[in-house]
Amino acid sequence: MNDVNLSSLPDMVLVDDEPVFNEPWEAQAFAMVINLHQKNAFSWSEWATALSAEIHSGEQRSYYQHWLHALENLVASKSLTTSTALVARKNEWHEAAARTPHGDPIELNR
Amino acid sequence: MHSHDDDDHSHLTDTEARVRALESLLSEKGYLDSAAVDEIVQTYETKIGPQNGAHVVAKAWCNPEFNAWLKDDATAAIHSLGYTSRQGEHMVAVFNSIDTHHLIVCTLCSCYPWSVLGLPPTWYKSPPFRSRAVIEPRSVLADFGLELPASTKIEVHDSTAEIRYLVIPQRPDNTESMNETDLAKLVTRNAMIGTALVKAPGATS
Repeated sequence: MNDVNLSSLPDMVLVDDEPVFNEPWEAQAFAMVINLHQKNAFSWSEWATALSAEIHSGEQRSYYQHWLHALENLVASKSLTTSTALVARKNEWHEAAARTPHGDPIELNR
Repeated sequence: MHSHDDDDHSHLTDTEARVRALESLLSEKGYLDSAAVDEIVQTYETKIGPQNGAHVVAKAWCNPEFNAWLKDDATAAIHSLGYTSRQGEHMVAVFNSIDTHHLIVCTLCSCYPWSVLGLPPTWYKSPPFRSRAVIEPRSVLADFGLELPASTKIEVHDSTAEIRYLVIPQRPDNTESMNETDLAKLVTRNAMIGTALVKAPGATS
């Protein structure tokens, strides 16, 4: 986390220098970006640019919805995966949820 | 009682499914380290979601009428404070006493009432914790440093799609002079799921 400058991100809301999340998935999406950057999947300025592009896209979305869209776009443009693969995998998760009894961990079949 | 169409199976919002798609694909390819991601999330686990439950608990301690309402109809009492969750789940408040300590399990699902309780701790999601908590709750609580007197009965509640629980911990001694706002600050997420007690400021054990 140390080499990551959160305040360099557009519109980033920090309370006591820490991000705030409204929902668990937001923290997950946040943590993925931090870890991808730590593992050199992209530079911090590439991330800031991708996020900024989403925020200024004119779409009315919450901050972390912008964040998620930016992440999907950046991993595709970096060829880490493809949009097609992401959509297919998303649907697999929906199917996995539908066959998982309430209270059990949702897992993919593999 | 309410009903919705996913009562007996799990449900992910489209956003949650997109997040899981990214995480599973990228970690399979080695671009992402899931354990490291969990660790980062854990750093913030007590900062995610408004822990509105603390306000509910403090109000129950200070206001006998609210306390009675909470016992009778927790869903309505909690909603009266403006706290609603997206699934409008049915909430039940269980009250700790000298005689009975309540512990909540479940939380593997997206139905966990995080808007009231905050995010579930990471260890909560491990199946061994869940099964041990049901079989030997006293030793699980001891693992968390919570040693209860043998005379205190432990009740374990498994949240279901229909009913989500909130533990109302015992008000600590020597807090008579504190107001609702200050009391709410003492109430931790762990106290509201029953893995900790609420301590008075300055108390060591």
